[in-house]
Amino acid sequence: MSETVIKCESVYKIFGQNAKKMLEEANGNVEAKTFQEKGCIVGVNNASFEVAKGEMLVVMGLSGSGKSTLLRCISRLTDATGGKIFIEGQDLLELNNKELIELRRSKMGMVFQSFALLPHKTVVENIAFPLQIKGTNTEDSINRAMEMVKLVGLDGRENYFPRELSGGQQQRVGIARSLAVEPDIWFLDEPFSALDPLIRKEMQDEFLRLQDKLQKTIMFITHDFDEALKLADRIAIMKDGIIEQLDTPANIVLNPATEYVRKFTEEVPREKVLIIEDVMDASSKDNLGDLKVSKDEIIENVAEKILTQEKLVGVVDSNNNIVGSIKPSKIIDTVFGGRKNGN
Amino acid sequence: MQYLKKYPKLFQWLFLLIVFFALCFAIEVPETYKFIRGQAEFVKDPNQSVYFFLGKEVRYYAFDVFWRLPPLLGWLPIWINDSLFFLMNEWMPMEFWNEDTQEFKTRPLLLQISRNLTAFMTFLIELIREILLGGLETIVAFTSWDFIDAYPWLELPGLPWTIVAAGAAILSYKLSGKGLALFAGLTMIYISVFGQWKPSMQTLSFILVAAPLSFIFGLGLGIAAYKSKRVEKALYPILLVMQTMPQYAVLVPALVLFGVGDHAAVIITMVVAVPPMILLTILGLRAIPPEVIEAGRMSGCTNWQLMLKVLIPTARRDILIGVNQVIMVCFSMAVISAFIGAKGLGFNLLLALNQLNIGLALEAGLCISLIAILLDKMSLAWANKQTDYFGNLTFFQRNKNVIFFSASFVIGIILAYVGTFIFKGSFNYLFEIPHNKGISTADFWNTGVDWIFDTFFVYIKAFNTWLIQDVLQPMRGLYLRMPAVATLVLAVGAGYLIGGIRSALVVAGLTLFIALSPWWDRALVTLYMATFGVVISCLIGFTVGTLCFQNKKSAAFMLGVCDIFQTFPSFVYLIPVMMLFGITDTSVLIAVIVYATIPATRYTIEGLRSVPVGLHEAATMSGVNKFQRLTKIEFPLAFPHMMLGLNQTIVFALFMVIIGAFIGTEDLGQYILKALSDKNGAGIGLTLGICVAFIGLIFDNLIRTWVGKRKKHLGID
Repeated sequence: MSETVIKCESVYKIFGQNAKKMLEEANGNVEAKTFQEKGCIVGVNNASFEVAKGEMLVVMGLSGSGKSTLLRCISRLTDATGGKIFIEGQDLLELNNKELIELRRSKMGMVFQSFALLPHKTVVENIAFPLQIKGTNTEDSINRAMEMVKLVGLDGRENYFPRELSGGQQQRVGIARSLAVEPDIWFLDEPFSALDPLIRKEMQDEFLRLQDKLQKTIMFITHDFDEALKLADRIAIMKDGIIEQLDTPANIVLNPATEYVRKFTEEVPREKVLIIEDVMDASSKDNLGDLKVSKDEIIENVAEKILTQEKLVGVVDSNNNIVGSIKPSKIIDTVFGGRKNGN
Repeated sequence: MQYLKKYPKLFQWLFLLIVFFALCFAIEVPETYKFIRGQAEFVKDPNQSVYFFLGKEVRYYAFDVFWRLPPLLGWLPIWINDSLFFLMNEWMPMEFWNEDTQEFKTRPLLLQISRNLTAFMTFLIELIREILLGGLETIVAFTSWDFIDAYPWLELPGLPWTIVAAGAAILSYKLSGKGLALFAGLTMIYISVFGQWKPSMQTLSFILVAAPLSFIFGLGLGIAAYKSKRVEKALYPILLVMQTMPQYAVLVPALVLFGVGDHAAVIITMVVAVPPMILLTILGLRAIPPEVIEAGRMSGCTNWQLMLKVLIPTARRDILIGVNQVIMVCFSMAVISAFIGAKGLGFNLLLALNQLNIGLALEAGLCISLIAILLDKMSLAWANKQTDYFGNLTFFQRNKNVIFFSASFVIGIILAYVGTFIFKGSFNYLFEIPHNKGISTADFWNTGVDWIFDTFFVYIKAFNTWLIQDVLQPMRGLYLRMPAVATLVLAVGAGYLIGGIRSALVVAGLTLFIALSPWWDRALVTLYMATFGVVISCLIGFTVGTLCFQNKKSAAFMLGVCDIFQTFPSFVYLIPVMMLFGITDTSVLIAVIVYATIPATRYTIEGLRSVPVGLHEAATMSGVNKFQRLTKIEFPLAFPHMMLGLNQTIVFALFMVIIGAFIGTEDLGQYILKALSDKNGAGIGLTLGICVAFIGLIFDNLIRTWVGKRKKHLGID
């Protein structure tokens, strides 16, 4: 794997008085219930993970699961109660206020669920805001902001006020603002949750297009499992402050680690999520039929072709080398069988 | 038993009332007791008891403690007074350089600070006053009298009234549009034509100094309270007391600290105007969505940048509503501070009322009300105005208001210059119409008042006599007949039943303070007048509010009327009632009723309006008729908000009762008025003010606690 950008080592966030003391006494064994009895609420419970450069980690969880709190610890909008967070090797919690501001000005961008635009500034002024805060002169910052306006497709509306825009347009401004300083790390806190379903889909596609172009290191928060599957390189599923499972979308769907995760995966149309490689048999490469499919194909796209075959179907990689095979019945198993066997 | 279980609260209240009345009947009035004058009067009399506390001698007539508590706090006003005197005249003497005599002089620190502050305020007021009216104090402040003698042309000529009128109209146009611009122009022309220009501009200059200063301090303290819990905790009790403190009462200590004049008035206005500004600043900053703050932080804002570029602009509207409040308080104070020698319309108003020249008073009152309405509308328009975008406008479009103003400036000067030829030898009406040289309607009004008196004298007198003899006197008697202990039991019991131990303790503390002060009887008289006013106001307000609510248009109209009435400085209400009822308790009470009906009406309409539309529809679909909907759905849900209206009604009524002392009443206000002319009055005035504030706070605490519980119970917030 390439270099690590974000690294968390047993991060805790506990709200309430004496939280620090109680955490020390708990000795690494934090029970939400006992803490609650003493008036403390556990937001994040022992989170450890790494995010590599250019990777998109989606944190999925229902409301109150601590996903937003985790994000705020990593952006240090709140201070973590315990554990260590490294951003490109720098210990985040050791930074003083000045260094923290410098880090945010140069490396971080964040998008918010409720857009959080400044009501008294126009679109272009909102986008230029982080640049002006940084001290960039007006002309340069406006020029840069205009580039961003074009990037998110808001040309012609640069002089509108946020109140004159629709939700989707407002979030485009939010995205443009977070990208204005060209950050390496991009935090998105439920950016599309406040939007209509149709707009949401459009924005997700737009977002994937942007990421394709920009290749940022991303932490993306959502409560929508489908959104997570659609966007993520890896997904972290959170419940009551604990990361229940952190894996690739395919692995989560195929091997849910806990009962809680399994419930989410039950309703997922596997054929839309899994690729051939996830279900192929890598050991048998003989007795193949004529049809060959690429290992990176999504099952749904090739299912019909495979199901018409009687022999084994060969699976090839991008160099057309055979890497495995797949039985037509395996497709049926994957689509229908997976929902019944939980183990 | 069944009822007891069903309505436990009801029986608790009944029990409380029974105890209260039992106490009232059981405790006899002592034979030697003289109502009102029964307690400490600070005159020596061998029958008085004496005690010493902190070296202060307190004399009082002792009675049965169940009947009246001894004035154990009687030393407080004397102590406050002596402390103030000590601080001003003896504490921390220091050497200060005297500019005039060119030598060092020894002066107590506080006195010096007060003098410097006073000089600074005077300078500010004079500066603005001379821009508007002309004069030479400002130039003299920078140079000397000899200098101005040598160069007499340096004297500021003052702005011709045409320019000020045009400026007001253009500003109004920019803020709101044609309607307000027209109103501004007409107001200014009216003021000028009717010869009120000079006092109006004096009042305006006072407000133009007091309002910005109050704004700056209020904003600063509000931000400090937002940032630090500790500051907020320290400020909170002061804010609470200041909300119910009669504005009158703060005048007296100001007199001691800052002397007489406009400067003292400005300082005291700030004391009154800053608290609402602080509250609204805190409110506005608290209402900012947390994500906006986070967005600011993630953009890499330093604390300063966050405050100036994110927080304050986002809370802009609430902060500007605060400005509006500040301006309204300033107007109210502009009149009241005439008592400590502030010049302007207020002074004229007071003078006219003193001479019973209702016509003149009406003119001054009308002027000040018009200016108040104008500034109220302007500041509200500013608050509701969205930021404009100027990027792609031409130079003319961007600066058209400045251009228009410059043009009218030049035209105004030319007109004034032309005027010197037209009105040769007489007054230049195009420059400034002198006081009392305009059209005066005073005689007309006075004749009108005389006519009303001549025509309706019998009826008015009959009504007056009936009200006083058959309603007010018995009511007053009943209130005074209450033994102190019974009142305490009632207050504490009500506190306990409404808010539990905590409320009971707060109410007990507040009541005890008043009971132990030397003015318990006066407090009871204040209470009786306020109660009478509040009951009638609520009856009128709730009825009018409910009726107006039936129709959207009439509701909006009524709220507009309330807005305008609320803009009038409270003192103005005394003019018409004095006109009709002369100098009696009736006048005061009618002023109280008119003034206190405003919040009662407003909160009724707002409360009924706040009932969710969904519930209306649900009720209609269940087939209720209009009356059922009102009684079963709207009233129960709107009731908490209406109770907040009651709270406001009480505060308004208390204010007016105290101001009514000017007409002549027997309550606490009368003593505050007396303290104004007493050189040892500072302590008395302040303590009296606190007593009135505490009466207000008792009800405030009870009502707010009840409303809070009720709202929680109904699940509305």
